Amino acid sequence: MSDTSTATRSRFARAWDSDLAYNFRRSPVALVSAIVTLLLVLAAVFAPLVAPYNPFDPASLNLMNGFSKPMEPNPFTGESFWLGTDDQGRDVFSTILYGLRISLFVGFAAVLFAMVLGILLGLIAGYVGGWVETVIMRIADVQLTFPAILVAMLIFGIAKGVTPVEYRDQMAIWVLILAIGLSDWVQFARVVRGATLVEKKKEYVQAAQLIGRSPFAIMLRHILPNVLSPVLVIATISLALAIIAEATLSFLGVGAPPTQPSLGTLIRIGQGFLFSGEWWILFFPACTLLMLALAVNLLGDWLRDALNPRLR
Amino acid sequence: MLAFTLRRIFQSLLVLLVVGFVAFSMFRFVGDPVDNLLGQERTLEDVERLRESLGLNDPFVMQYATFLGRAMTGDFGLSYRQSRPVAEILIERAPATLELAFVSALFAMVLGVSLGIYTAIRRNGFLANFIMSTSLIGVSLPTFLIGILLIYLFSVELGWLPSFGRGEVVKFGWWSTGFLTESGRQALILPAITLGLYQMTLIMRLVRSEMLEVLRQDYIRFARARGLKERSINFRHALKNTLVPVITVTGLQLGSIIAFAIITETVFQWPGVGLLFINAIQFVDIPVMAAYLMLISVMFVAINFVVDILYFAIDPRLREGGST
Repeated sequence: MSDTSTATRSRFARAWDSDLAYNFRRSPVALVSAIVTLLLVLAAVFAPLVAPYNPFDPASLNLMNGFSKPMEPNPFTGESFWLGTDDQGRDVFSTILYGLRISLFVGFAAVLFAMVLGILLGLIAGYVGGWVETVIMRIADVQLTFPAILVAMLIFGIAKGVTPVEYRDQMAIWVLILAIGLSDWVQFARVVRGATLVEKKKEYVQAAQLIGRSPFAIMLRHILPNVLSPVLVIATISLALAIIAEATLSFLGVGAPPTQPSLGTLIRIGQGFLFSGEWWILFFPACTLLMLALAVNLLGDWLRDALNPRLR
Repeated sequence: MLAFTLRRIFQSLLVLLVVGFVAFSMFRFVGDPVDNLLGQERTLEDVERLRESLGLNDPFVMQYATFLGRAMTGDFGLSYRQSRPVAEILIERAPATLELAFVSALFAMVLGVSLGIYTAIRRNGFLANFIMSTSLIGVSLPTFLIGILLIYLFSVELGWLPSFGRGEVVKFGWWSTGFLTESGRQALILPAITLGLYQMTLIMRLVRSEMLEVLRQDYIRFARARGLKERSINFRHALKNTLVPVITVTGLQLGSIIAFAIITETVFQWPGVGLLFINAIQFVDIPVMAAYLMLISVMFVAINFVVDILYFAIDPRLREGGST
């Protein structure tokens, strides 16, 4: 692994030859789910370019286009839409792209927030020890007795009560990120603390202590890089959970507002048309959500197996 | 054993105190209760009188103590939205949630254990493999999508079962039950399956892996050598030894069934406590939120406590060094 030739080769070549990359190329499930995830992320990022219509621009809407069936020309206007339109004539395909954008943004931001918080608290708990550790891990234990979705709902409810009425809709996305992130930090903190307890006793940490580096520098520069691989696995699995949590909250009406609909909000709206036969308003957002959650989940499963030396 | 029990009781009480503090802070700092109780037209005297009668002028610790005392007797004040005592609303809604949770737990247990045994015994059979791969999809489907799917299939397309509500209920004192009427039983089926499906797959996978583990043991091989019937080996020897972890996990899952009932109740507009909680969040009805929080924490803490004590009673290894 550490012969001199690797140092001279490019980073890309080294990454390509690593065990992880080899494992990745050999696993069809990982390849397919990575491609699906990548496509969905790209579609979300470039939504304004990809989407044929802007669903939030009232000027581009024509009420006569309402309830167009997928792939069929509308009986009044003759226009035809890929995945049909909703009651106000919005193109379902475009709303899905914009909804995907919000779902992914909330998911990524919430996991990032949970990760930073969890890593910091885990490092401090593991490295400092004593009563600091007791307090942090006790809080983690208490929170872990409750399902994450319940904690997220509660935080959302409290935050909603604190924000003034006129800002509630604008703030909803950020409140959602805060709620999901705060409900999810415990996993990260526990794993990082466990790994830190192991790393702390190793010689390189003692060496760093001896040359007088500050505890903060030791935690971030020396220990953190060595505990990152389990964090990566948890982050991927958390992303799938966060996307589902966001969709669930939005579906229940305690998440993204109708002015900024995420996939969950779209499903909530679509459910109302299920009984009148306009199945496409519900079906396509649900499929997108399912595809996204499944792809990220499978990617996380693969990563966990690939990084776990015992299973190889 | 006694020291362990006492320590666990102490920890449980601590958790409840912390949760109580969160609930109390919600009352105290989220919005002004005076604003919520008095309307637009009010005098300064009204405000002062209400503040005094609500105890808002007392020191912080005193207020917290009063709050806990009241919560202990089930007094959570008036709902901001319905202007009725929260306890009254909760009692009215509780039977719906409890009946739903009971039926789905039963469904999850019975089907989970039997499918788990089946997939373990017929490990390489076609049907067993099919069940296992389907369960994987079932785990990654969000609960609300399962609910919608069931509604679409059985209510919209086939028209067999109702898609919302509880049907007709019969009253026994404060308890209302849907078990006794035809429409009540029909209305229960879809929500119960939606709520229990995830738990069912969880129990099934657990029973399967535990069974496979046990079937590899020497005493099973010995039982086979003695010429016992396959049936008796599977059920009397193998199954019995898998049940301890299954019971504890199922016990812990009971709490999450009540919590996930929030989602199911919203999909099916089931008039239970979960739907009440979601509506409370939407309308920032703090007393209802706080009461629900307290109620569910007492339940979670109690379940965890019982499971811990059971563990301790069942597993002798914990008794050796764990009591100090």
